[in-house]
Amino acid sequence: MSGSEFFAMGPYGFYVWTSYGLAAVILIVNVLLPLRRRKTVQRQLEEFYRVQKESR
Amino acid sequence: MDINKYIHKYASPKTFYPLAGRLIPWFAGVTAVLLAVGLYQGLFVAPPDYQQGDSVRIMFIHVPAAWMSMFIYVVMAVAGAMGLVWNVKIAEVLARSCAPIGASFTVLALATGSLWGKPMWGTWWAWDARITSELILLFLYIGFMALQASIDDPKRAARAAAILALVGVVNIPIIHFSVEWWNTLHQPASVTKMGKPSIHISLLIPLLLMMLAFNVYFITVLLMRMRNEILERERHTSWVAETVEPPRPAPSRRAAAKG
Repeated sequence: MSGSEFFAMGPYGFYVWTSYGLAAVILIVNVLLPLRRRKTVQRQLEEFYRVQKESR
Repeated sequence: MDINKYIHKYASPKTFYPLAGRLIPWFAGVTAVLLAVGLYQGLFVAPPDYQQGDSVRIMFIHVPAAWMSMFIYVVMAVAGAMGLVWNVKIAEVLARSCAPIGASFTVLALATGSLWGKPMWGTWWAWDARITSELILLFLYIGFMALQASIDDPKRAARAAAILALVGVVNIPIIHFSVEWWNTLHQPASVTKMGKPSIHISLLIPLLLMMLAFNVYFITVLLMRMRNEILERERHTSWVAETVEPPRPAPSRRAAAKG
C-alpha cells in the first residue's frame, strides 16, 4: 500500500481523517483543560490564603 | 465493620489526592501504549470491509466513543447516588468530574456517526431512535453541568445534579436497545450480541484495543479533574493549604548575601 493510497482511504479519506482528527482534538483538549485548571486553582488558592492571612 | 466509617476513612480526599497523583502517570502511559497499538491495528493491519471499504475504520473511533458516552454516564449516576445515600464527598467529586468528559465523548460519538452515516446511508443526520436518544444523552450531560454550576453550595449542587443524573439513567437502556425496539436506520449491535459477535476478528481486535484505550484514558483525565476539584472544595483544610503553599525553609543569611 502506498502512502497516497493510505491517505486516500479509498473514496473515504475525508470522512475517515476528519473522524480521527476530531478524536485527537477531543482527547488532547480533555488533557489540556485540567492542566490549565490546575494552574488557575493554584493561583486562586494562593490568593485565598494570602487574604486570609492578612485579615487575621 | 460499619460501612460508613470504612468509606469515609479510605475515600477521604486527603488520602485520595496524593494517591491519584501517583496513579496518573501510570494510567497515562498505559493509555499511550494502547492508543499506539490500537491505531496501528486499526489503520494499518485491519483490512477494508468488503462492503464499507475503508470507511469501516471510523468504527474504531465511533463505537468506543459511544460506549464511553454511556459508560461514563452510568459511573456518574452511580457516584451521584453514593453521594446522596452515604454522603461521600469523593463520590460527589467523581460525579462532577465525569460530566464534561462524558459530554465530549458523546459529541465525538455523534460527530463520527454523522461522518460515517454520510458515505454509508447518504445522510449526515436522521431522527432515528439510536441517534435521537444519544442526542438526549448529550442534553442530560449539559443539564447536569448547568444545574451544578447554578448552585453555589457544593453539597446542594451535588445533590440536585445527582437526582437529575439518576432520572436520566432511564435513557441508557433506551440507547442500547433502541436498535432492537425500533426499526432504525442505525444498524443493530454486532459486538455485544449474545453468543458470537458478528464481527470479523481482524476488525474486533483494533476495536477492543481502542475501547480499552478510551477507558484507561478516561480514568487518567478523570483523576486529573478530581484532584483539581478536591483542592477547591477542601481549601479550608490545612493539608490543602500546605499542598498549595508548601512551608518554605527561611532563607539563610549566607544565601541572601550571595544573591
